[in-house]
Amino acid sequence: MAGIDKRSTKRDGKGKPRMSRSSWRETRAALLFISPWLVGLFGLLLYPILASFYYSLCEYSVLEPAQYIGLGNYADLFTDEVFWKALGNTFYYACLALPLGLVMAIAVALLLNTGVRGMTVYRTIFFLPSLMPTVALAILWLWIFNGDYGVLNYAVSSSTGWIAGQVGGLGHAMATHGMGLLGNAIMAASQHVKAQGPPWLTDPSWSKLAFVVLSLWGVGHAVVIYLAGLQDVPVHLYEAADLDGASWWQKVRHVTLPTISPVIQFNLILGIIGSFQFFAAPYVMAPNGQPARSAYFFAMMLYDNAFPYLKMGYASAMAWVLFVIIMMCTMAALKLSSRHVHYEGGA
Amino acid sequence: MCRTSTFAALVAAAALALLPGCGGPPPKANRPVQIEYWEKWTGFEGDAMRATVDAFNASQKRIHVNLLTVSQIDQKLLLACAGGNPPDVAGLWSYNVNVYADKGAIIPLDRYLAKAGIAEDQYIPVFWGICKYRGKVWALPSTPASTALHWNKELFREAGLDPNRPPRTIEELDAYSEKLTKRDASGKIIQMGFMPSEPGWWNWSWGYFFGGTLWDGKSKITANCPENIRAYKWVASYAKRYGAQQLQLFRSGFGNFSSPQNAFLSGKVAMEIQGVWMHNFIEKYAPNLKWGAAPFPHPADRPDLANTSITESDVLVIPTGSKHPNEAFEFIKFVNSQRGAELLNMGQRKFTALKRVSPEFLAKHPNPYIRTFIALAKGRNAYATPQLGIWTEYRDEMNAAFDDIWLGRRTPEEALGQVQARMQKKLDRELRRMHRLGRSL
Repeated sequence: MAGIDKRSTKRDGKGKPRMSRSSWRETRAALLFISPWLVGLFGLLLYPILASFYYSLCEYSVLEPAQYIGLGNYADLFTDEVFWKALGNTFYYACLALPLGLVMAIAVALLLNTGVRGMTVYRTIFFLPSLMPTVALAILWLWIFNGDYGVLNYAVSSSTGWIAGQVGGLGHAMATHGMGLLGNAIMAASQHVKAQGPPWLTDPSWSKLAFVVLSLWGVGHAVVIYLAGLQDVPVHLYEAADLDGASWWQKVRHVTLPTISPVIQFNLILGIIGSFQFFAAPYVMAPNGQPARSAYFFAMMLYDNAFPYLKMGYASAMAWVLFVIIMMCTMAALKLSSRHVHYEGGA
Repeated sequence: MCRTSTFAALVAAAALALLPGCGGPPPKANRPVQIEYWEKWTGFEGDAMRATVDAFNASQKRIHVNLLTVSQIDQKLLLACAGGNPPDVAGLWSYNVNVYADKGAIIPLDRYLAKAGIAEDQYIPVFWGICKYRGKVWALPSTPASTALHWNKELFREAGLDPNRPPRTIEELDAYSEKLTKRDASGKIIQMGFMPSEPGWWNWSWGYFFGGTLWDGKSKITANCPENIRAYKWVASYAKRYGAQQLQLFRSGFGNFSSPQNAFLSGKVAMEIQGVWMHNFIEKYAPNLKWGAAPFPHPADRPDLANTSITESDVLVIPTGSKHPNEAFEFIKFVNSQRGAELLNMGQRKFTALKRVSPEFLAKHPNPYIRTFIALAKGRNAYATPQLGIWTEYRDEMNAAFDDIWLGRRTPEEALGQVQARMQKKLDRELRRMHRLGRSL
């Protein structure tokens, strides 16, 4: 818009912009051309946002006219224990999934950036899972998490079984070499270590962790962004570091990470927003956050109030609370991380 | 043939009678009125409705119904109504009726019923009750269902129980369950006789089997009435006896409901409460399963609670703003005629909401226990979900309380007390709102 104005307006002697007939026609054409976007912005984005703020102050069931109730919805919200539970669950999830995802994505990106042959194939493989539709993904993970037949618990029990076997073998060796008591104790303990794996989705103390594990599935998106950042790291910095005799870790720590810090910050902020809006997978896999609302996340509660319960006003209030929370977290993240973010050219 | 043509004549006569009443230009003789019909079913249930729609379309020339399958129909219908462009007729769930009626999203049918000669005495009371709200009829049933105890005869035989004698009292159920439960060498449960958490669709309903209710019909929530407390103590007794941890682990191995890994179909749980539709899943996923269906047991000291059954019904409604309500009702009327209802419900392998059933329907019905289900629906202990505007929330609240009780995290008194407090507050607010809008229950 600004660009168009500059080109199409002339300033008269008094410094007021005045449009000539032809430039007005040009502006009109420009407005016409961007009108689909303008309609989208005002009709489908700005209006609903403003309307939702108004509705958050109302009792509104979509079909009946909204009734203004002031801050009633907000007051109810803050005294609703389910709201606090959902908020707590969401923070729990965000606090685990966010750093884990960040570290994982950077680690994978670093590995993919080592210049091994067939790298494009690996990159594709790591990106592929994030292309999967969420509902299909949720159904798949229902099977992965199945307490009895799930592949995850199969892996858990066979790997812990292997470790337990080794430890038990050691215990046996100790017992036969004169350290009877200690050896037998180790052998007995190793029997218990052969873990069964938890009943992921039916145990309230595990269900949130299950979703944290699931969140790592979609790490491919971030990996691609990091990879782009890694390719941008100037080679001369590495060369200089090599001359100084820096180790691999020192290069990562002092060259790579500072250079890609804007990318990390970008992914961090996207991650904050994404994890507070976490919805589709738990909605499919744990309806109503079962068991016992242990996997009831904020966005699920918002959805339940908006549609199944027809409390659009209450849901709008929740949406605004969520907006404020995400805003605050994002600002905090920006403030805390900006000291460590370096932009090339000192910007 | 003969019946078809009489019916066609009847519909034609009715159509003629209604013709002057309908607004807009009269439809041309060769251009039938197009009726948009949204329905939720897919698979063979969808096929059954399609066959019924086809039969209706073939039975007369004036109206043509276009069936559209719509997922999450309750929410989409709501938005379509809000947007002013609803279909002419739609299929909802029983618990939507009062909510949609309260919101003015569906129109009362009384005017049409009188004209069509449809009356309360033709219906099984519990299903008529679902459609009636605040003194008006807002819907008519399409495919009703009742629930019963399903048991696995093979597992009964293995456990030394008479495979043809299901438990009749709760106490018997518990004793049978004990006999039917198996553990492996390490003590892990590998088979359960009965689990109150299965299939989990009626976790809110256990109170009814002990004489409790969830609502007094007016202004009081009764979530923690003594009967309900008793019911959920019984639920908790399972977790205590078998160990909550053990039961969770056992349960985590169950597959999807609609799969051969279904807990009942795979023989992991020997007895389960299920609806009339279970037969279809048995046919599909475990055709060799030997099973039976009988009324769910009642507490030994409450013989008056025998034959308690939770019933449901899919219903047909006319949304406010329907462009052809008269024609839409013609279709609803067809689905509620004996012929239409039996065609649809034979296809879906349920039963009809009508009191009168043709002998052929019963003779041809593939479900060997269909008479049991009909008798349960007709019985005086047949219950439907409470007609509360806040029912969906109430149900979710009860389900969360069930989880807490089942997992031993809260006592029944605590959990139900919390539901009581939360829901009473919500009901009070709902009643205030209704009062403001000048409505009463």
